[in-house]
Amino acid sequence: MPEITAFEAPEIEWVALAPLLIVLGTGIVGVLVEAFVPARARRLTQIVLTLAALAGALVAVGVLWGMLQDTLTAQPGQEAALNPRVLGGTLFLTPFALGAQGIITILAILGVLVVADRTSTGEDAFAPTAAAVPGTHYEDLAREAGLRQTEIYPLLLFAAGGMMLFASTDDLIVMFIALEVLSLPLYVLCATARRRRLLSQEAAAKYFLLGAFASALFIFGVALIYGFGGMVVRGGNPDAIGVRLLEVSSASRNILSQGGSLPDGTAALYLAGVVLVVVGLLFKVGAVPFHAWTPDVYTGAPTPITGFMAAATKAAAVVALVQVLWRAGFGMAPDVVEQLQLAVVVIAVLTMAVGTVVGAVQTDVKRLLAYSSIAHAGFLVTGVVGFATVVDGGAAVSFVTPPEGQTIVAPDVIRGVLFYLLAYGVATVGAFGVVTLVRERSADGVILGEATDLAAWRGLGRRAPWLTAAFALFLLSMAGIPLTAGFVAKFGVFSAAVAAGYWWLAVLGVLASVVAVAFYVRVIVIMVMTPSNEETAAAAQGVVAVRDAGVPGSGAGLSGSGASGRGSADASAAPAGGAVEPAAPASGAVRTAAPEGGLATATVFGEEHEAKAEAAATDAVVVGSRGPAAVAVALCAAATLVLGLFPSLVLDLAEQATRYVP
Amino acid sequence: MNPYLPILILMGIGAVLALGGVGASAIIGPKRYNRAKLDAYECGIEPTPHALGGGRLPIKYYLVAMTFIVFDIEVVFLYPWAVDFTTLATFGLVAMFAFLALITVPFVYEWRRGGFDWV
Repeated sequence: MPEITAFEAPEIEWVALAPLLIVLGTGIVGVLVEAFVPARARRLTQIVLTLAALAGALVAVGVLWGMLQDTLTAQPGQEAALNPRVLGGTLFLTPFALGAQGIITILAILGVLVVADRTSTGEDAFAPTAAAVPGTHYEDLAREAGLRQTEIYPLLLFAAGGMMLFASTDDLIVMFIALEVLSLPLYVLCATARRRRLLSQEAAAKYFLLGAFASALFIFGVALIYGFGGMVVRGGNPDAIGVRLLEVSSASRNILSQGGSLPDGTAALYLAGVVLVVVGLLFKVGAVPFHAWTPDVYTGAPTPITGFMAAATKAAAVVALVQVLWRAGFGMAPDVVEQLQLAVVVIAVLTMAVGTVVGAVQTDVKRLLAYSSIAHAGFLVTGVVGFATVVDGGAAVSFVTPPEGQTIVAPDVIRGVLFYLLAYGVATVGAFGVVTLVRERSADGVILGEATDLAAWRGLGRRAPWLTAAFALFLLSMAGIPLTAGFVAKFGVFSAAVAAGYWWLAVLGVLASVVAVAFYVRVIVIMVMTPSNEETAAAAQGVVAVRDAGVPGSGAGLSGSGASGRGSADASAAPAGGAVEPAAPASGAVRTAAPEGGLATATVFGEEHEAKAEAAATDAVVVGSRGPAAVAVALCAAATLVLGLFPSLVLDLAEQATRYVP
Repeated sequence: MNPYLPILILMGIGAVLALGGVGASAIIGPKRYNRAKLDAYECGIEPTPHALGGGRLPIKYYLVAMTFIVFDIEVVFLYPWAVDFTTLATFGLVAMFAFLALITVPFVYEWRRGGFDWV
């Protein structure tokens, strides 16, 4: 047993911690605001504080970026501007990690703007008191008392801070803490939706249970790696405690590269540990087969939170995934690395396939975007498979022949992943921001919750051209259409796969993208080229009136149903055959009445036939934003266009991020 | 001797004590059941709310539980610090007070938001 004889206070590089300290510190201040600021002023105080903290963190990241680049390009004799390895790797500011911090901050700012919007209805997306049991008198009391849950802002800051730490640490225990710091606020936030309270609480419970399970796998993996490290590293150095991955894998690599062999059975221990950690990360990424929580949680959570969660969590988790895979692979035998790489390839293929195929049949906007995020997880993992490729003197070589001298993780992976995360992130926050503004309306004109059923989105393009244009832009970017950010992003990750020697994976990725285009375009067709339910009903009414009672009972069937055309394409499969029958001739009437939209109508109706065929589809109404969400959507749209038209601005920065910190 | 042998012996003693206690009380203990004895036990709270009375459950229970956690965690870290107080010196003192300040924040939040107003 080593005895601790002396304690030396560690040197802490406070500057390197600045972005984290600003975000998490303001989160704590936010809790105190909840305690001391009167209820009236809380919301505004929180919003200003949160945005200021995130903006401050972004500035800090920018300053650190400059210092880090100076350090990396410094001549040997020069004094380093920054020690990127705080406390020996507890915080490890590689340019990649710092870039991830920047992306997470940007996405958090956009996300908070969407969260802060109360829209023209005067209500935000959150329950007055999330603790009230759904359907009880207490809920009504809370609503009438005008209670508001402003705790969401500190919770968002804690989540964002956890994500930033998650992406920039080498110590697996710190990474585990960061995982919890980012997850716990998100579990709570998922349960706070104003409407459909039960669905929201169900989402939170599912996310919590599955997330806890994934965390357990993660920490189990960390324990195995700790055991491996104890046998390999700490045999000679009893003072080293903790699970710094780079330290462990470097020691293992030293043994391997000198022709030695690891103690019996430890290689398997190490591999098992790394695989378990990676499983924990893939859960957060939402990759198949660890994706099952995604659709339910994304649907149940308040939409602004879904946007933030889908964009920022993925950024943190993917960056952590690349770092863990690369650092762990560093200390493995080449054939083991190849097997690990193959496992990642299989996950990439599965994720792309499930995301695109299952996404294509969704009829709910939030669910569709959830499956789209699974598909994007697949594209991202495609970009990650090159993790084991290292570069020596400009030429890519594989781990199979370990190069001498300085090695850096494949620049294509870093560049591709960073750009993809930003492009996907702004499109996702923007798309969910649009969803928050498209609402249902009750029969007596009261604005309700979000109209997530795609049928309600028909003809939205005529009623809200700008909003529809923005949404279409985000969808096109997610589909990877040229001139949008998504195209450059996809090009980046696929070329990273090609550079790693997996050209067939890139081909599969392109094929999956083509399938994905179909389901994104389907939504655009519904919004732009399909007449709204009201128009369809009106047209049908008119024609039927002219034809008199040609079909018995048709008048009754139509007047009550705004979506008379719904059953037209496949009347026999409808549950209420009698009620739907009169709709068939009405659809013919639609074609004569609106020839330009008729064909599209028929196909689209057929596809989403299964969605609540007995209920009448009413058109969604668009509520006005009170500013923040509109700003966020506009910023996201602008970013999507700028990243698509002038990608070099960001690609240059991403190029700088490929410099590896030894 | 295998270094794991004491652990095995300890596990054996534990199993004997646990099973023996349950078994002995089942054999030699008097059996006089009443309603309270047959209730499910969940740390002093009704595991399921009563159907009558609107399914109410005492929210104070959770507040007490959370307040307990605040102080419990505080003490968990205070003990080792107290043991190594001199070794950790100024750094330890500053770190500990930062920790105490941070853990007071949720306490203050609970207090200000009426978590202790039980009347």
